[in-house]
Parts: sequence; structure tokens; C-alpha cells
Amino acid sequence: MPSLSYTSRREIEEHSFSLVVTLLVPVAAVVLQVLLSKLYWRFSMLDLPLIVAIFFAVSRRSPAIGTVTGAVIGLLQDALTARPIGVNGMAKSVIGYIAASIGIQVDVDNIATRFLMNFVFMVLNGLILFLIDRRLLGLTQLHLHWGQELVRALANAFIAVPVFLLLDRTKRAE
Amino acid sequence: MESFFTRFKNVLVLVVVLLAQTIGLAIQVRRPPEGGAPEGKKVTLLRTWVIGAIAPVEKLLHGVGLNVRSTWFSYIDLRNTRQQNKELKDEIARLRLEQAELAQDALQGQRLQTLLNFQRHYVTSTVAAQVIGTSGTDQSRVLYIDKGSADGLKIDQAVITPDGIVGKVREVMAHTSQVLLINDPTSGAGVLLASTHIRGILHGSQEGHVIINNLTPDSRIKPGEKVLTSGGDQIYPRGLNVGTIQSIKPDPDHQPYTLIAIAPAANLFQLEEVLVITGTTDQLPAQAQKDLAQGVATAKQIEEARAAAEEAAEEAAAQSAAQIIAEKLPSLHDDQKTTEGPASAIATPAISNPSVPKPVPPLHPDHYTPGATPPASALKPGAEHPETTYPQATPVQGPGREQDSIEEPGTSKQTQRRSGPADSGPQS
Repeated sequence: MPSLSYTSRREIEEHSFSLVVTLLVPVAAVVLQVLLSKLYWRFSMLDLPLIVAIFFAVSRRSPAIGTVTGAVIGLLQDALTARPIGVNGMAKSVIGYIAASIGIQVDVDNIATRFLMNFVFMVLNGLILFLIDRRLLGLTQLHLHWGQELVRALANAFIAVPVFLLLDRTKRAE
Repeated sequence: MESFFTRFKNVLVLVVVLLAQTIGLAIQVRRPPEGGAPEGKKVTLLRTWVIGAIAPVEKLLHGVGLNVRSTWFSYIDLRNTRQQNKELKDEIARLRLEQAELAQDALQGQRLQTLLNFQRHYVTSTVAAQVIGTSGTDQSRVLYIDKGSADGLKIDQAVITPDGIVGKVREVMAHTSQVLLINDPTSGAGVLLASTHIRGILHGSQEGHVIINNLTPDSRIKPGEKVLTSGGDQIYPRGLNVGTIQSIKPDPDHQPYTLIAIAPAANLFQLEEVLVITGTTDQLPAQAQKDLAQGVATAKQIEEARAAAEEAAEEAAAQSAAQIIAEKLPSLHDDQKTTEGPASAIATPAISNPSVPKPVPPLHPDHYTPGATPPASALKPGAEHPETTYPQATPVQGPGREQDSIEEPGTSKQTQRRSGPADSGPQS
């Protein structure tokens, strides 16, 4: 008689990554982002580190790990800017947490879902950054340009789809 | 208790991570700078670690790209070199002339500055650096260069290109430095409007534009005006090019101030190589003095050459005037000679010089008209005065007609007739 076991969807679709991938991919994303921005300044609109943070969060499906991954990637980004360290760290921590949380309930392997998810997270990232700048750092002269944010979110969502497909190959076989 | 942590593990992790970063952020924002550094030691340490890890990769990739480009430009793409060389030579010649023109002004300016006891800082030493990376985000406009404290770079040194200012050194590592661009919202520079001499403070905007927003509306400020560094910020030496005014409009956030947008002279979005100003002095540097002397010498040469050319032109003009007169004068002499020579010879020079004026015959001859008075030898004392005869006046028919009559061979007869006593004429 076959024994019945109850395995949640979260447990079935949880993916793990090798240590090398876990360490190198975020660093590579940051380096690539820096190089692309140097190549053509308009590429600074992209946010490859955020795409990577979302990918790891939804693949691991652990909000705690998603939070830490987002925080580390965000702090790495902050260290390269002239802004106080923690601005991107906080924004990406929140997004890592939410991405991992919805990854449990939604099929995130679908291309359309990935596109939409990335679009929404990019807008949310812009909104969180604006709130941190305005409320915590007291930069009252800053304004939220919705048009610019939507274009940025759209561009990143388009880029995220092939990046996700590429990163799918780094998933460790269970 | 254990179950609480297990149950709310995820939320607790999020709260702890956010709290830690918020506290860190608050410390960074509140902490006053130590020894000129923009932020605390721990923050600098974290940045140093991250930049230390990223910069070698950036340098490596930048070096590879540079080598590929260098190979291309050095060995393959030599087609335009000759043309470029010619253009550069032309430009050098043009710049020499410009230098000569400016040298006089510079000397005069120096004299005036000495009189006013004005302190001016000249750039004495610079370090050329390659741009190896950026912040990677448009939230913060910074660059990374491949020179650091080992090359003599320090915090707050000005970074420029030959076109204009770029920014200032913000962080210095051993072999890498972070440069804050002038279009970053947190940057600032003291500037001077070139023609109106109005002082302002330059900032970067959220969108990456360079703006001045601390000036009230002034009709003298117009688009196209040049903007220079004022030297008041103690970072950028006075007189460096910043850019030109692009537009002027009211600042919606800070009334009644204006928002003056500036087009930067240096292309801040495509920088490959920059110069870091590592030394300034209040004396004109030796090389600049040499250049100035050369400029003055060139100006003198140009002035002398110009004077010589003007003199030669004057001489040529005088010579040409003399030549014209000389060409005309012989005809006059010949004309005079003809009065002594045979009558037939009178007409000859007149043909060659028809423009020489001839006296118009009088309408009413008087006693003073040549030939009108009988010679003294013909007169007898006590004798009745003979009828005075006058030559017949020739009717005036215009200069052309007159000349025609002179040119005709019969003219000599007419002349003789005028002087002959037998001719009857009106009696006085």
C-alpha cells in the first residue's frame, strides 16, 4: 500500500543554488550594471541587481532568505553610489520578502507572470526609494515622475524575461 | 517562545533587517563629517571593501576594451591620420594666433590683479585618469577613476576635462577614486556668469541636469551666456569653464527664484579620461609663463609684420599716385613745349592726353586778352589811337567741341587768327 505524503507546492517548487552561483551572480549583475551604464548612460535606467534579487527570492520561496538576499544586493549597490548606505538595501529587502511570499502562491515560471511581476516590483522599488529619500533622508525637493518610473519598469520587465530564462539554468537539480 | 520565533521567522527577519538599515541610515545622515571625509569611517570601510572587490574587475574589463580600441586605432584605422594631422597643424597655427592675442590681455590682467592685490590660483599639476566605471544607477551620478591616494589624489580635489569641469573627488582608495559629478543632486560649485559677473551656486538636479537655483530674476541674464567657476568654493580654481546658460524659467519649488539650466561644457555622460587638479599656486606656473612670453613674442611679430605690410601698402599707394601723375605730367610739359615749337606739334600730345584741361576762350575779350593790345612799337606818341582790333571770339560749344577743335589741324590757324591784328572784332 503506497503511503500518502503531503508535500506543499512550496516544497515541490523550491529551488536551491550552488554557493558559487549565489555569490557570483549578484556580483556579476552589479558589475554588468556598472559597465553598461558606463557604455551608454541611458542603461543606468536598468536595474539588473533588482532583477537578480527577485529571481533568487521567487526561486527559493523563502521570505527570510529573500529579505537577506535583497538586503545584501541592495547594500552592494549602495556602496558604489554617493548616497547613504542602506537606501537600496531597504528597498530590495522589502521586495525580496514580497517576491518570495508571492512565489509560494503564484506560478512564477510563466513568462507573462514574470513580466508582470517584474513590472510591478520595479514600480514598487521606485516608490519605496522615493519614500526613503523624502521621509527618511528629508530630500523634500525630490518628486516622483510617474512617467519615468513606468518607462523604467517596462524596460526592466522586458530585460527580466530573458535574464530569468538564463538564470533558470543555474538552478540546482534536486 | 521558540514557536513564536519559528512562526514569525520571516517577518522578524524583515523587521530586523529594515531596522538595522534604518539605524545605519540615521547614523550616516546625522554624523558630522570627520576630517573632511564625506561620511563615517565604518561607511567608508564598507565602501572600500565593495569598491576594492568591484574595481579590479572594472579595471580589467576597461583595460581589455582599451587595448582592443588601441589596436584598432593604432594599426588598422590609419586612413584619416594624414588629414587629421593637417587639421591639427592648422589648429595649432590658429591657436598660436589666439594665444598671441590673449597674451596681451593676460599681461594686462596680471598687472591689474597685482595692483588690486588679488589672489588667484593657477593649476600647477594635474593627474590624468581613466574612467573605469559608474555607480550603475541614475540615482547617484558618480564615476570611478583608476587613480587613487598612491597617485597623490585627495578628497575634494577638482576633476576637469579640457572642455570644462566634471566634478570633485569624493572618496579615495589606494588605486581607485570616486568622483562626484556636478550633475549629482548632492554636488555644488561656486560659479560666475562671464559677462554679467553675477555669482551663483551650481547644483545637479534629480534628472541629471546642471542648474543654478539661487538667483532671483534678472533681465541681464540671458541664454547663451558663459558660466565659469568663481573659485569661492575652494575646490575649483577660478575661471574654469562650466558651460553655457541653456534656459531661464521661474523655479516652481522656490519662488521668487529662477531655475537656470546650464549645458555643461564637458560631456558628463560620455567621459573616458579626466584630469584631477592636484596642485594650485598663486603664481603663474613656469610653463604658462613661457607660453605667455611666446604669445607676447608672437603678438609682437604679428604687429611688426602688420606695420611693415601697412607701410609697404602706403608706399605702393604713393608710388602708384606718383606714377599716375608722372604719366600725366609729361603731356603737360609737352603741351608747354608746343607753345614754343611749331604749331603742328601742338595737337600731338593733346591726342595722347585728352583729359588735360585747356583754357576756355573768353566770351568778351578785354585789354588783358593776349593779342588784344597792339605792341608798343606800333604806337606813336601823339598819334591818334588806331582802331583797336580784337580777335573774334570763338563761340563756346562745350568742352568736347573745344577739344575737337584743338585736335583738328586747323586749330593752329585759329590760334594764329586770334592773335592777328587784321581780324575784325567788336570795338571796345
